[in-house]
Amino acid sequence: MAQKGIREVDAKQIIAKAVGQLSAGELAFDDRIVLVTPETDLAALPKQYPWLNTTKLVAKPDQLFGKRGVNNLLAVDKTFDEVKAWIGERMNKEVTIQQTTGKTTGVLTHFLIEPYVPHDVEYYLAFTSHGDTDTIHFSTQGGINVEEAWDSVVHIDVPVLAQSADVRVAKKLPKIPNPEMVARFIEVLYRVFVDYHFAYLEFNPFTFAGGKLVPLDCVAKLDDTAAYQCAEKWGAVEFPKAFGTTATKEEAYVKSLDEKTGASLKLTVLNPKGRVWLLVAGGGASVIYADTVVDLGYAKELANYGEYSGDPTTELTYEYTKTLLDLMTREPDPKGREKFLIIGGGIANFTDVAKTFTGIIQALEQYKDRLQKNKVKIYIRRGGPNYKEGLEKMRKVGERIGVPVEVYGPETHMTAVVSMALEGRK
Amino acid sequence: MAKTKLASYELFSRDTQAFVYGNQTRAVQRMLDFDYLCRKETPSVAAMITPERGGFEKFFWGTKEITIPKVMTIAEAVKRWPEADVMINFASQRSAFDSTMEALATDTIRTIAVIAEGIPERQTRIMAATAKQKSKWIIGPATVGGLKAGCFKLGNTAGTMDNIKEAKLYRPGSVGFVSVSGGLSNEAYNIVARATDGLYEGIAIGGDAFPCSTLLDHLLRYEQNPAIKMLVCLGELGGTAEVQIAEAVKGGRIKKPLVMWVTGTCAKVLPGEVQFGHAGARAGSAAETADAKNQALRDAGVVVPTSFNDYHEKIKQTYDGLVKKGVIKPAEETTPPNIPMDYAQAVAEGLVRKPTNFISTICDESGDVHNYAGIPIDEVIERKLGIGGVIGLLWFKKEIPPYAREFLEMVIQIIADHGAAVSGAHNTIVTARAGKDLISSLVSGILTIGPRFGGAVNGAAEHFLIGLRGQMAPRDFVDHMKAKNVNVQGIGHKLHTLENPDKRVELMKNFAKAHFTNTPLLDYALAVEQVTTKKKNNLILNVDGCIGVLLVDLLKELKFTDAEIDQMIKMDLFNALFVLGRSIGLMGHYFDQNRLEQGLYRHPLDDILYDVPDRPEVVG
Repeated sequence: MAQKGIREVDAKQIIAKAVGQLSAGELAFDDRIVLVTPETDLAALPKQYPWLNTTKLVAKPDQLFGKRGVNNLLAVDKTFDEVKAWIGERMNKEVTIQQTTGKTTGVLTHFLIEPYVPHDVEYYLAFTSHGDTDTIHFSTQGGINVEEAWDSVVHIDVPVLAQSADVRVAKKLPKIPNPEMVARFIEVLYRVFVDYHFAYLEFNPFTFAGGKLVPLDCVAKLDDTAAYQCAEKWGAVEFPKAFGTTATKEEAYVKSLDEKTGASLKLTVLNPKGRVWLLVAGGGASVIYADTVVDLGYAKELANYGEYSGDPTTELTYEYTKTLLDLMTREPDPKGREKFLIIGGGIANFTDVAKTFTGIIQALEQYKDRLQKNKVKIYIRRGGPNYKEGLEKMRKVGERIGVPVEVYGPETHMTAVVSMALEGRK
Repeated sequence: MAKTKLASYELFSRDTQAFVYGNQTRAVQRMLDFDYLCRKETPSVAAMITPERGGFEKFFWGTKEITIPKVMTIAEAVKRWPEADVMINFASQRSAFDSTMEALATDTIRTIAVIAEGIPERQTRIMAATAKQKSKWIIGPATVGGLKAGCFKLGNTAGTMDNIKEAKLYRPGSVGFVSVSGGLSNEAYNIVARATDGLYEGIAIGGDAFPCSTLLDHLLRYEQNPAIKMLVCLGELGGTAEVQIAEAVKGGRIKKPLVMWVTGTCAKVLPGEVQFGHAGARAGSAAETADAKNQALRDAGVVVPTSFNDYHEKIKQTYDGLVKKGVIKPAEETTPPNIPMDYAQAVAEGLVRKPTNFISTICDESGDVHNYAGIPIDEVIERKLGIGGVIGLLWFKKEIPPYAREFLEMVIQIIADHGAAVSGAHNTIVTARAGKDLISSLVSGILTIGPRFGGAVNGAAEHFLIGLRGQMAPRDFVDHMKAKNVNVQGIGHKLHTLENPDKRVELMKNFAKAHFTNTPLLDYALAVEQVTTKKKNNLILNVDGCIGVLLVDLLKELKFTDAEIDQMIKMDLFNALFVLGRSIGLMGHYFDQNRLEQGLYRHPLDDILYDVPDRPEVVG
């Protein structure tokens, strides 16, 4: 949604093309780069990219994570044969990487290969957005230690109402050789940032070789809501998932349901052995229910995060509920304790509450035996059109399938059912 | 209209006049219902701006119906209704930017609610900066809007009238509320209604990363408004808006009691980058997490509960404290008028019933798939029931066997056209050449069908049945008809004789002999033919006659009763087959004349006998 990271390969290719076009061929951005996936025939690549055999190369994973040098995932100044071997050893292997936000484990599936460019200078350049201004950040001390040299970074603010083509930066740059050319590059790259709807763009570092700008490392996010006006500018760009977030079978199934409809169905399994399962309507409400479980000190018992909203059909609600109930009732709690299913939600605007419960009820009936065996207790809280009928239906299904069900309407605070379940509080 | 000038911190009043951009009739009705519930005298919607079509649209005002004008451009709207200063923009993600910028450029529109979700962030930022430059307000994008209790409601805010009544939004209370999420605003209004004397104003700023007006913008507005005594806010993880609020409280820019909670505290236990529903809801740094923001607010002196669970309680305590201190004098209760239930809803809830004026027993288009006599159309196609099968379903209300379908289709093919000289085709051609359209030309041809042209199908069936049912010998039947001075319909042809038979008749006869178990009426007609051809050799059973008698035989095969068959004859069902088939040919003639660009036809004078007397006889 909105800001999405893209692969370094895609970013560099989009930008190389755009720089050529926007500067009418005056400026050049090195566009030599290849993406390698598990399907790529490495041996066949030099035919299409002859420079692979004539230059020394750099290879690294291209999966939306940085600090590849620190994590020992960077091959520099290698021949193509060496790169082939290097990638071959790592392709489809699981690795754990250290990032500023913590450790992440995932499988390596995408690598990039580009020319190794020996260089003297390492510049830092980034473009960011903040409400009514964009900021251009530039430093002559780029590289992995730029954060320590943050005082050296020049910040140039550009009002969002300015014309991107009129922005001039030469006078604001620190002392550097060839300042006009560097300024021209920054100005054109800023236009690319604006016109191509980048939400974030960073080259750390970049250098110059033979009059061309060579991006040694690039991080980019696009604003994917602009896709409808950028089809040609972006080409066949891919929006990969963050590294390490591989979906379980059930999560993938819910995602496939979500993609089939205008409604929204989301599921993230946190702890399949957790005793609190959330089946909550609405994006905002679902976060608050999960918050409340955590805030009351039961984070370890929280089994899932998820939501359904946008008026899904009975069939979709049934499939979604079934997926959740299946996960929930695979094994009873080892200590024989109760499990809680919280069917929550705020006060709906226009959604017919009784109708949305139909699919849930069908799934509950189907899982009757497993719900009983797993000592599941169901708490329901919902408001909105026809909620009384909906709650009554839920109460009755509880009686029918022999599973304890408690129902509450708008007169009860939205998350009160969480504390009732977890703390026996009324 | 007499309008009180709004204070800078007020966006709406009871006099507010708004434009609704987009053909959102339901949203407009909901706004009018809210107005009515607030006992306002004038609807708050001045006009709808619908680029596709101007005119008027009907709405309910209580139980009465009123009209709201529709104009096609913002320029026309602001010219005709200069007093309207609000626009609710329902334009899509793709066009909302242009219409919002146009509205910002007008002199009179001051506040714009942008409903669309997924407007590119750069466009949103340009809208926001432009609004700021012009001291205007944008609420949104990606919002349901907001409302001022007892005064004015933006679009679909607050859901159904039941919700609105439950949350007492028809009269102002003392609480200014602002949230990111619109989905939760109902929940919040409900909490406010239960914990306090009610809402004064509520705004949902929308979940984008760059909302055009922020939580703080609205809180500062509420701070200046003397009618608002306490503030309630619901924030979200991601961004720094809540941190700015903490600073505003610390810096003394917000002095009124503020109860606030930032949602998303669960993010710390979620893996990787789980994106919540809102584009802005993603913590990029430690300072943007919900925990950090809740703590910053707490440190600044804001009333922050320990979890959302205590939100209600904290609001109530704060409110009760203000009442105790005499800051708040609880708003008086009023009783809102009743809003009549929409007929459709009453039907859905089983509260009303009415007799129908029409009945259909041959098809039903009210379900998911249209059906013909109960068979869904996709099944009709899959089972290849064909035109013959469809006629069976829609004319006879029966699924008929393959040979019957084939026979009906054969008849249609045979009678599709009989050349340009016959009455029907002639009329169609003359009409087409007079420059008339397809329907006029077709109808002009069809109108000639009757007892003398084409109508013999029905007549033949009727006549031969008299003989057969009366068990008259063929000769007696011919004499009987002669005595009544009636020509037997379906007998006689210009050229064809027994020796030189009509191929089309032979085809039908052979088909019937091969596929029908019995052909009693055909057999009878052929016996009659033996009699008539004795008189004159071209008095044979012709095409119309053959179709007529074979249709009767077919219906008998299909087990229709005599009474049913008589009813079909009486209502021209047999001729219908002729009309259907011949329409193919008539339309062909119309297209032919048009392709040939034939001019107006004028009949030659020498082909008309003029026998007009010198003077008319004078009578009377």
